[in-house]
Amino acid sequence: MTPRQRLWLFAVAVAGLVACYLWAFAGLPGFGDYPGPYGPAILKRVITETNATGVVSAVNFEYRGFDTVGEEFILFTAAAGMSVVLRQLRGERERQSSPTDDAANRQVPATSSAIRIVSLLFVGPTAVIGWWLATHAQTNPSGGFQGGVILATAFFLVYLSGEFIVFRRLSPIALLDAVEAIGAGGFAAVGVIAVAMSLPYLYNYLPLGTIPGAVSSSGTIAAISFLVGIEVAAAFLLIIGELLEQTLLRREGSS
Amino acid sequence: MTPNAVMDILQVTVLVLVAAGATLVVRTRDRVRLVLVLSVYGMLLAILFFVFQAPDVTLSELAVGAIALPLILLLTIAKVRKPQ
Amino acid sequence: MQVFPFIVVAWIVVVGLYGMVTSRDLIHQVVCLIVVQSSTYVLLLAVGYVTGGVAPYFFDISPRALAVDPVVQALALTDVVVEAAVTALLLSFAVQAYKRFGTLDPHELAEFKG
Repeated sequence: MTPRQRLWLFAVAVAGLVACYLWAFAGLPGFGDYPGPYGPAILKRVITETNATGVVSAVNFEYRGFDTVGEEFILFTAAAGMSVVLRQLRGERERQSSPTDDAANRQVPATSSAIRIVSLLFVGPTAVIGWWLATHAQTNPSGGFQGGVILATAFFLVYLSGEFIVFRRLSPIALLDAVEAIGAGGFAAVGVIAVAMSLPYLYNYLPLGTIPGAVSSSGTIAAISFLVGIEVAAAFLLIIGELLEQTLLRREGSS
Repeated sequence: MTPNAVMDILQVTVLVLVAAGATLVVRTRDRVRLVLVLSVYGMLLAILFFVFQAPDVTLSELAVGAIALPLILLLTIAKVRKPQ
Repeated sequence: MQVFPFIVVAWIVVVGLYGMVTSRDLIHQVVCLIVVQSSTYVLLLAVGYVTGGVAPYFFDISPRALAVDPVVQALALTDVVVEAAVTALLLSFAVQAYKRFGTLDPHELAEFKG
């Protein structure tokens, strides 16, 4: 069908969608009038039950820990799927030089000194901040997911400063695969250990500590957050590494 | 002005900016420019989440939407560029 | 102000879908999908907001302070990170399509059979 017909069909469909949306929003309480029993119920008892002052992370890894296991395995599968989809590509390339891949042949200009200095200066602080965020989920706005992404960003800075070979040496694929597997499997294992102790899956069985909000408090929440942090960092590094393979092979050959 | 009124004005302003940013992202057709506009949109979203009292989501959106996603997009664009 | 965030959510969805339908480039389509997905984050946070509430972290304030809903924040948080990985997977499919067929135009790609 022609583009104009497509556009008309889209207009009709979107009009129906918007009508249903507005009908649904008319039934919601207004913005800011959240009445729901679930939120205030959790807020009332989170500190007495888990000794964690970071409520969002407590919800993520304790009250809704089962959903988080699922989300983490989506991440794991996406990284694994990328390796599978792009690996077949590499096998073809080695046999005949394909003219359509341009990333291997472009002229890469040398990085200016200003960028190198600034990027390398920030690698250390970024890694420390990422690690801190991943291990302090129960106290402040922090947690496994954002800590893991920021930790991966520290490695990207090495790549951005022009040190391609160093980046590849700092993140070998075998090590990243192992770290990602430990993170994902560890999360599932923490839950299974609870089952082995004849408690429900992902029950919080580690000691809860005495001071709410201290680093050693809140039992399994801290352990799970750390495992999720390293798994997310490894998954992002694997994803970027797969996309970078072509340019790195070329650089290594010419330098 | 009461704190609630200030909060209201702030939220309305950032919501309008986010809506404008989304329109800009869709209207940009050149690939490299698209990546930059998406990065700015990610930062606007992070500000919106902050004004909605959600610092955790702000951290995630900043790290992902302004850094990791544009990097992944740029690498993909480099792989599919037509030879000049 | 009672319904303004929800109207913005509807606007972002419509704009993103329009971009996907009229796109001539797979990469632009994936970016429009990112925009549509970002509207769900705004919707989640707007549903859970409490007027006059503070962020739900009680490290240095009393646990009895009025706070916004933490459950929707937890959902939006994992969503943001997982979306990036799924987008990367979609982009790798786009790269694969370019290698096989030499074009990234969805109208032309639709005519190839397998």
